[in-house]
Amino acid sequence: MMGFENQGFEEAHLFSSRQEIQSLVLDEPLDGKSFSDYRSAMSSISEAHHPLSPPIVGIEVDDDPLLSPSSYMDRRNPNVSENSYLEPPSYADVVFSPFGNENGEANGFENSTHDSVKSEIISRSASSSSGYIKIAVSNPVKEQEISNSLVPGGNTYVTYLITTRTNIPEFGGSEYSVRRRFKDVVTLADRLSESYRGFFIPPRPDKNVVESQVMHKQEFVEQRRVALEKYLTRLAAHPVIKKSEELKVFLQVQGKLPLPTTTDVASRMLDGAVKLPKQLFGEPATVVAPHEVVQPAKGGRDLLRIFKELKQSVANDWGGSKPPVVEEDKEFLEKKEKLQVFEQQLSNASQQAESLVKAQQDIGETMGQLGLAFIKLTKFETEEAMYNSQRIRAADMKRVATAAVKASRFYRESNAQTVKYLDTLHEYLGLMLAVHSAFSDRSSALLTVQTLLSELSSLQSRAEKLEVASSKIFGGDRSRIRKIEELKETIRVTEDAKSCAVREYERIKDTLHEYLGLMLAVHSAFSDRSSALLTVQTLLSELSSLQSRAEKLEVASSKIFGGDRSRIRKIEELKETIRVTEDAKSCAVREYERIKENNRNELERLERERRHDFLSMLKGFVINQVGYAEKIANEWANVAEETSGYTKESS
Amino acid sequence: MFLYLFWFSWWLNSRTEMQLDSLLLQQTSLSGSSQSPRSPSTQPFLSVSVTDPAKLGNGVQSYISYRVITRTNLPEYQGPEKIVIRRYSDFIWLHDRLFEKYKGIFIPPLPEKNAVEKFRFSAEFIEMRRQALDIFVNRIALHPQLQQSEDLKTFLQVDEETMERARSQETGIFKKKPADFMQIFKDVQSKVSDAVLGKEKPVEESNPEYEKLKNYIFELEEDLAEAQKHAFRLVKRHKELGQSLSDFGKAIKLLGACEGNSLGKAFSELGSKSEMLSIKLQKEAHNLLMKFAEPLKDYVRAVQSIKATMAERATAFKHQYELAETIKLKEINLDKLMLIRSDKVGEAEIEYRELKVEGEEATKKYEMIVQLMNEEIVRFQEQKTWDVGVAFHELAKGQAQLANEIADAWRSLLPKLEACSSAQT
Repeated sequence: MMGFENQGFEEAHLFSSRQEIQSLVLDEPLDGKSFSDYRSAMSSISEAHHPLSPPIVGIEVDDDPLLSPSSYMDRRNPNVSENSYLEPPSYADVVFSPFGNENGEANGFENSTHDSVKSEIISRSASSSSGYIKIAVSNPVKEQEISNSLVPGGNTYVTYLITTRTNIPEFGGSEYSVRRRFKDVVTLADRLSESYRGFFIPPRPDKNVVESQVMHKQEFVEQRRVALEKYLTRLAAHPVIKKSEELKVFLQVQGKLPLPTTTDVASRMLDGAVKLPKQLFGEPATVVAPHEVVQPAKGGRDLLRIFKELKQSVANDWGGSKPPVVEEDKEFLEKKEKLQVFEQQLSNASQQAESLVKAQQDIGETMGQLGLAFIKLTKFETEEAMYNSQRIRAADMKRVATAAVKASRFYRESNAQTVKYLDTLHEYLGLMLAVHSAFSDRSSALLTVQTLLSELSSLQSRAEKLEVASSKIFGGDRSRIRKIEELKETIRVTEDAKSCAVREYERIKDTLHEYLGLMLAVHSAFSDRSSALLTVQTLLSELSSLQSRAEKLEVASSKIFGGDRSRIRKIEELKETIRVTEDAKSCAVREYERIKENNRNELERLERERRHDFLSMLKGFVINQVGYAEKIANEWANVAEETSGYTKESS
Repeated sequence: MFLYLFWFSWWLNSRTEMQLDSLLLQQTSLSGSSQSPRSPSTQPFLSVSVTDPAKLGNGVQSYISYRVITRTNLPEYQGPEKIVIRRYSDFIWLHDRLFEKYKGIFIPPLPEKNAVEKFRFSAEFIEMRRQALDIFVNRIALHPQLQQSEDLKTFLQVDEETMERARSQETGIFKKKPADFMQIFKDVQSKVSDAVLGKEKPVEESNPEYEKLKNYIFELEEDLAEAQKHAFRLVKRHKELGQSLSDFGKAIKLLGACEGNSLGKAFSELGSKSEMLSIKLQKEAHNLLMKFAEPLKDYVRAVQSIKATMAERATAFKHQYELAETIKLKEINLDKLMLIRSDKVGEAEIEYRELKVEGEEATKKYEMIVQLMNEEIVRFQEQKTWDVGVAFHELAKGQAQLANEIADAWRSLLPKLEACSSAQT
């Protein structure tokens, strides 16, 4: 085919008749030229103009229609007319005057500014609300990483110019440009997913680590630029996220992106975030930041928590222990299941749409090649013509070739439109990712609640046990104290007995003086005296032993009292932990409810928008098909009319 | 000879101004397509239909037989209508006989033997071959010279056994023929390419007109083959698009089932239309195959048959040329012998005369081929203009119809979609 192109260059001038050239100029370069240009070019065509190479270029160099056009921002602007060939054919134009004007202006639909048919989600939101944000990503620049690395030139990265035009009052201005790198976009996406859990946040473009190494640098950068623009436009189309502080900061603040890049250990420590695992393990915690609980556990940081939650989810799965809070929202579960079916069908439909587009592209391409083959034959027959019949045949061939190449062009244009319309399917497939992550936000919040609840119950049972244990200990102590008291009483009694005995002894000593003369009584008195002394001595020794026993007992019981005090402290701490955990739980529950609410709202929004988007997709697809089928039918009908002489015989 | 060519080209130029219509009127009598008139009229006519292909035999031995119906008012035929059963190899027999006997005439081409077992008995292949055989035999029946052929009469009239005997006899006698034919063909190819490369050989016809024709035919075959390739690919693309539409329709229907309400209905309608259009595309693919791609292929075959005739012409020229050379030598020899008054003069003279007669015959044969070819080329061009015109018309008609059907089908959806979107708001 390329060989033919060269040949075409040399032989083009052989067409002496201008009329022939006119009808053989079948395809102008499509980029940036409207058909009015094409027509004016036709009328002022010169010998130098080579008529045959453009169609080949047009067919071969045509962009992959499966890649969405990168310039759609411009296309939405009705003032920009360069890409008019991509404009959808106006419904009125196509349906009500399907055969165009007589002077071959059937393809002159560049006049149509009738823009009612739009399929892109992006444009839908932009047009449906009064506030608009238009974001363009452009001008990628390679920059040097300012790092403390000793190796110079080691790290480079690419920054993109992000230009925003908006009339939303929250932005407090109408136009901004900032330079951002991909890493900033990652940060933005991370911050958004933290702050807007449960929302269907459009998924961030992939990092494509492998592609960045494998692909050609420029190609990769361009691909990323397109992806970024699409991503940011989608974010700006989200009713809640477009008003988010994060997006505003990202789009407006000059210089370094002020959003925290990562919530790493240090910053989380300052925020009191690391206390969560401790708290979960019932370790002493004085200050708590329950709001941190609501964030899902992060890898490498909240390892303990991850283990806990993992354990919980395993326990949930095993079903042995029923989790304290289960997903009770039946409506939600139903919708979730329906969405899963929907996603499956969507992916199927999107796949089929892709192959339909491919088939349409193929048929157009083959039609074009057939047309070119006939152009070649026409040329050949015209040059070699010896007989009139050859000339007639050449004229017939030219008609067919012209129609085939035109039809091929219509197929291609139609396909570009079809891609645009059916892209809605892809968009929604991408959106399903966001839905998934919103749902997983919800289930992770639920898991956190479940974990906290089971933690709480285990803490409570622990506190109970401790209390029971310590009450037992108190009981034992009381008996011991009673013993001590009894002992003390005994000591007191014994002391009384002793002093009594001492008194008796003194009294006996006095009486002894009175009855000195009484010799008879002396012996017995002496024996009384010694027995009384004995009693005193016995009592004294008994007293000292009792006292030492009481001392020992007191020491022992004071020891017991000390242990009890620390035990009580422990229980109090545990109760504090329980309280904190309870706080965390209620916080988590609130977050879970919030996510649920977000989920529900977003589901409703999705449903509403999907209806709209799908309808406009269908309408766009159908109108496009009708329009181009009519154009193609028109072309061929003309040829059929012109060749109708050949049916005379059979009719 | 040259004078004749000169006159011929003048005649052609004078015809250049002729209108298409007059050519078309001419064509009505020349066309070999199956649409040829079959109604009896006072004019002599001979019309053949190849119908009812039926599979006979088992396994490797199996083959397709056709009912060949002849209608004519020509007195040399047995009656107004005759039906015989023929198979593909019978058609080959007819072709080869005519090729042997009518040197210089472009024998209408036969459809290829299809070696791929898988497709041999596919309905599409059988129908394509039937159509091609019908065209083949009708072209012979309409050809002013070939029409007179005894072999055609045999082919159209004898019973199946006689036909089979004739066929097996033929293949017995001309066993070596295909190989010879290939050899000649190769010779001609190399000679022509030599001529193109400027390495002219002495035993090669070298007049500029004929050179031009040769180049034309060779390049035409190449260009046509390319167009034909794309045409068949286009058939395939129609089928593929049909398949894709059908799959797409199914997927859209399933997706619609997830939606419920009016939107779901819109989806399912879109799906149904896609599936309906898929059938239309398959139909058009078939139409395209039969009425556009296959005629283009027939065109290529016709060009190849011209090449075969050119090979014959080259052989005849070479033969004539070599004889003339020999005669020259013999003449010199005879002169020498006469000078020395040898006894062998008488013998040599007889030999010389015999050779001279042979040489004249060869020259006549060659000139006959040349003359026939010149007539045939005109016929060929006119017939092809007609055939290709019909094929183009069929292509355009089919494409226009398909596109209209597509447009209509989708258009019928629009009110429903509008209703759906107004219900939404």
